[in-house]
Amino acid sequence: MEPILEFRDVSKEYVLGGAVRRRDNLREILVRSLKAPVRSISRKQQEVIREERFWALRDVSFDVNRGEVIGIIGRNGAGKSTLLKIVSRITDPTEGHIKIRGRLASLLEVGTGFHPELTGRENIFLNGAILGMRKAEIVAKFDEIVAFSEIERFLDTPVKRYSSGMYIRLAFAVAAHLNPEILVVDEVLAVGDMAFQKKCLGKMNEVSKGGRTILFVSHNMAAVQNLCQRGIVLSQGRLIFHGTAKEAIDFYLHSVSGKGSHGHVIDLANARRANLRRPRLLERMEFYTDGNAPMKGHLPMGAPLKVRIHFPLSKPADNFEVGIGFDNMFGQRVFTAHSCFEPDRSHGQRVGPQVFVCNIPSLTLVPGEYTLRVWMDIGVDEVDLVDDAARIQVIESDYYGTGRVPWNGTFVLKHHWYLEQSNGAGPPAV
Amino acid sequence: MNGNYELVIKPRSGWQPIEWREAVLHRELLGFLIWRDIKIRYRQTFLGGLWAVLQPLIAMTIFTLVFNRLAGVKSDGPPYPLFAFAGLAPWTFFSNGISMSSSSLIANQQLVSKIYFPRIFIPIGAVAALLVDLSFSLGLLFCMMIKYHWHLTYQALLLPIFILAAFLSATGTGLALSALNVSFRDVKYAVPFLIQMGIFVTPVIYPVRYVPARFQLLLGLNPMTGVVLGFRSALLGSAADWHLIGFSLAMSVLLFIFGLFIFGRMERRFADII
Repeated sequence: MEPILEFRDVSKEYVLGGAVRRRDNLREILVRSLKAPVRSISRKQQEVIREERFWALRDVSFDVNRGEVIGIIGRNGAGKSTLLKIVSRITDPTEGHIKIRGRLASLLEVGTGFHPELTGRENIFLNGAILGMRKAEIVAKFDEIVAFSEIERFLDTPVKRYSSGMYIRLAFAVAAHLNPEILVVDEVLAVGDMAFQKKCLGKMNEVSKGGRTILFVSHNMAAVQNLCQRGIVLSQGRLIFHGTAKEAIDFYLHSVSGKGSHGHVIDLANARRANLRRPRLLERMEFYTDGNAPMKGHLPMGAPLKVRIHFPLSKPADNFEVGIGFDNMFGQRVFTAHSCFEPDRSHGQRVGPQVFVCNIPSLTLVPGEYTLRVWMDIGVDEVDLVDDAARIQVIESDYYGTGRVPWNGTFVLKHHWYLEQSNGAGPPAV
Repeated sequence: MNGNYELVIKPRSGWQPIEWREAVLHRELLGFLIWRDIKIRYRQTFLGGLWAVLQPLIAMTIFTLVFNRLAGVKSDGPPYPLFAFAGLAPWTFFSNGISMSSSSLIANQQLVSKIYFPRIFIPIGAVAALLVDLSFSLGLLFCMMIKYHWHLTYQALLLPIFILAAFLSATGTGLALSALNVSFRDVKYAVPFLIQMGIFVTPVIYPVRYVPARFQLLLGLNPMTGVVLGFRSALLGSAADWHLIGFSLAMSVLLFIFGLFIFGRMERRFADII
């Protein structure tokens, strides 16, 4: 049987950078075209132009057979989203082609086209139509969609009055009732509360069992492993691995953790800051885990994490503080580690280069990607802040020692269950 | 099932018209987009749909006072307020149409960068939604005609042609401007200026006979000339220069085709640069 999707040498070149994109006004174009004759004389100038471009995807070829569920994994910027955008026909490839033999629907974002002023009912129709459903199809599935979304009571309320959870539930409910032969999904499960995520994963599972072909991008390795039979790994726009989902995940985790010998050291001095006027005090941070082994971006759930933060003090001070915030993929702060919570601060006045060490005996956040924000205060003033200082992937581990992976919530905690002796004596005194 | 639907995604280049097959396949969505634009336009406004008629009504009052009473501009037969309003109705439709549609792609950025559907629906839908406003102002015009005891003639049957021409002119301009707006935000500043100038090179305020005969062909290059003259002859029974109207209507069709090609050419890069 012919494959339902054929990718052949698919490449996509982008002109780099906000600079070119944002300042694309007429004046620039005019100036550029006036300069063009001069530019064509000088070779060096031309090389500069070439550097402004980059390949987001390069010669990606693979087949997907009918009914296959295939996971696409890779770091941020590896080309996953570009690949999905091309197969969804949002943007054209620069080279190569894709053959599609079936009706395709894509879900690159939950709630695309939702209008805040329209009611839930109206948005179901609008969003359904935008996702490619026929009106008759939406009418037929309307009750099912409403039931799935659990928002019956608010059906005639404008969605701008919805909580974000309700909004996402409604949006996913519409998307989940799409009925294409090929479904393209990008990280949409990474939204909403965990209970709803589980429901969505269940729905995806059901869909995939129904013989649907699915292309699935996710950072959630558990989801990839549960849903997908096969996996491909992208790195810097190239397809570097193609195999079963399990093999692909192993390959990916291995390749990421082995990447760069200094992966555990983050240069903060040159990191981007929102406030450009302040001096850059935070210089460097380093990550270590078990037995002071360098931690290069991947940390098993529940493993220890030690962070060393380097900064200088120009004046003697004892009232300096450093904080580290952990934000999950929804931008939600899940944990803040701050030196002001440390009861024992007997270091006294200090001046010159300092290394502040934060020791977390067990980082019990659930698997996922966390963005670390680091800041420094002297007295009551915040003196430096790096928003996106580092990213940590917390990966699955056998935290509870039962071989069962926790699937719900934002963190894990040691806890115990036991049955009381049934002697009818009532609850014991605690 | 296998093989009867095969789509090849590959780089496109050069001048290609719009993919009609896709547009027909997704036609229901166009309906939804128009419906959405109509529904949300006057949400949370106090006067609501009244705005549709207030705009030409106020313009008519001002024009009547300034141009008719003060400057002594005469109509070509009917009372000046009727004359002005019959021109202002399609002109308002046109000017709102191009300002809405030229910003429509930017306003729907999320749709453009996150999902596939014929992009052309966005600017077309923005203009089409304004047909509702146009019908309101036509309703008001009929009321005014009753007040002025001015009767409709059989020529009114030609009105749909001129409405179509107004639609093509607005859509053609809107398609080109919305596509340009994706790369060049200059469009945002140029459009209000274009509209302000436009009303003076279109015989909305003054009758065509005020323009010297040798410049009338130039006037005909403006597709809205034919629309405005057509509206007047259809609704008010004004005498019309059918050569001028015909020429101008042909321009509106050309403008529409031009808009389609510009849009088709630039459409491919929308998601990358918006």
